[in-house]
Amino acid sequence: MIGLDSLGTVWSEIFDFSDYRQLLPLLKNSIIACVVLGIVGGLIGVFVMMRDMAFAVHGVSELSFAGAAAGLLFGAGVVTGALLGSLTAALLIGVLGARARDRNSVTAVLMPFGLGLGILCLGLYHGRAANKFGLLTGQIVAIDDPQVTSLIVISAVVAVGLVVIWRPLLFASTDADVAAARGVPVGVLSIVFMILLGLAVAVSVQIVGALLVLSLLVTPAAAALRVSSSPVWVPLLSTAFAVVASVGGILLAAGSSIPISPYITSISFAIYLSCRLLSVRRTSHRSPEPAHAT
Amino acid sequence: MSVVLRLERAALGFGARRLWEGLDLEVSSGELIAVLGANGSGKSSLLKVVLGQVPLWSGSATFLGTPVRRGDRRIGYVPQQRLAEDGVPLRGRDLVALGVDGHRWGVPIPSRARRQRVNQLLSSVGAEAYASTPLSSLSGGEQQRLRIAQALAADPRLLLCDEPLLSLDLPHQRLVSDLVDDARRRLDLGVLFVTHDINPILDKVDRVLYIANHRFRIGTPDEVMTTDVLSELFDAPVEVIRHNGRILVAGVPDQDPYHHPEAAVLR
Repeated sequence: MIGLDSLGTVWSEIFDFSDYRQLLPLLKNSIIACVVLGIVGGLIGVFVMMRDMAFAVHGVSELSFAGAAAGLLFGAGVVTGALLGSLTAALLIGVLGARARDRNSVTAVLMPFGLGLGILCLGLYHGRAANKFGLLTGQIVAIDDPQVTSLIVISAVVAVGLVVIWRPLLFASTDADVAAARGVPVGVLSIVFMILLGLAVAVSVQIVGALLVLSLLVTPAAAALRVSSSPVWVPLLSTAFAVVASVGGILLAAGSSIPISPYITSISFAIYLSCRLLSVRRTSHRSPEPAHAT
Repeated sequence: MSVVLRLERAALGFGARRLWEGLDLEVSSGELIAVLGANGSGKSSLLKVVLGQVPLWSGSATFLGTPVRRGDRRIGYVPQQRLAEDGVPLRGRDLVALGVDGHRWGVPIPSRARRQRVNQLLSSVGAEAYASTPLSSLSGGEQQRLRIAQALAADPRLLLCDEPLLSLDLPHQRLVSDLVDDARRRLDLGVLFVTHDINPILDKVDRVLYIANHRFRIGTPDEVMTTDVLSELFDAPVEVIRHNGRILVAGVPDQDPYHHPEAAVLR
């Protein structure tokens, strides 16, 4: 049974839960960060899906990466850099890309530029190599108290902001013309939304890394939308999925030698896959639509 | 019959391009006016003026005695049919609920009154059957029904319909126009109904506003939809044919694809 043996070796190379009990208290900050991130990602993801902005999220996260890398290089700090980068990108995409087609091209133009800029900054940086890699693919350890505080504050701003604009944003995202006719400030809302999105991306980049932000900001909401159409259940499920993925990710990563991101992305993807399968069953079992008299 | 909307010597254009001028129009409560004209003649822009989203070049537009303004809740708006896509977390009743309080800040708080209001609106357009069906799995006609209920949610005095029948099949065109007609009689609404084809609403129209060549004609369908009037308006030989209670317009200079789908019916 050589196959099983080598599998066991690989397993023990990746996982080592022997000191788990001692490890957990050290992860307190990281777990808090993941819960907060899950809530923010799950909530804003609903609007990312409604407004068809998954690609834009990816673009914003690359620029956020560039900002964070520049922050590392020039000593301004990763958080400040990530914030500046993602807010700039979010506003550029929001202002230049009001229409979906423009938005995609603006995003596609910004994204490689941001990635290149970030790699340039990292190339010039001579500090710890782990910091470099972490910006792209995420990191779990070394979340210190000030970092977790800034993460909580920024996330609270996003969550409160979203709750305040929730209903008019839902209206504007469903049918902008009708919402505008009703006096909903559609243009202002879309800029406010982009700012909140920029903030959410900036905090996510520090944990899951620029390349994998979509797994927290898009996948959970996309999964929730497969199994429900209720404006109450979709955000609740999406948030629950995102929290399960991020906290599950950190708990698995704690006992292993691999960074957090593959766990988060795998759990997130597994949830999405299950929801898709569930929705296929649901629709195939649905009785034929009643014929409406005309 | 009281006047709900009044335009006086109104002129509108964009940049250097003039759309129309000298427009005097009164819409009374309970009156349905069809707004016709070629693409780009300024039909939808007229609605945007009434919604306070576009300022007039000159003249005035007053709604219930005061100048039109943005976001007046007493104006209902029914847009073109646009199918809701997958990924919209709304069911039939949620779309209607947005008409009730979608403009308010915060998250909606469920209440008995809100629920009852939505139910009442749903039944007024006969849409109870798909109240809980996801929006994206409803047909265009079903979604338009819900949009009418949504527009009626704020007890409007004036209903603006911007091509609400576009890309609906004939039975649903009839159904949706019947609903608009029923609502204006029941609630004594003034209605401006922008359409490229007058036939689905011909038996319901009180007056026609026909815009072309920066000019317009207002009158009953019999007064406006004639070969002489339209030829003069378009400055070209236009032929109006009445056939089996339908009006067919042929030879309109601006050959937009929507203008005479009836030609196919006549063949």
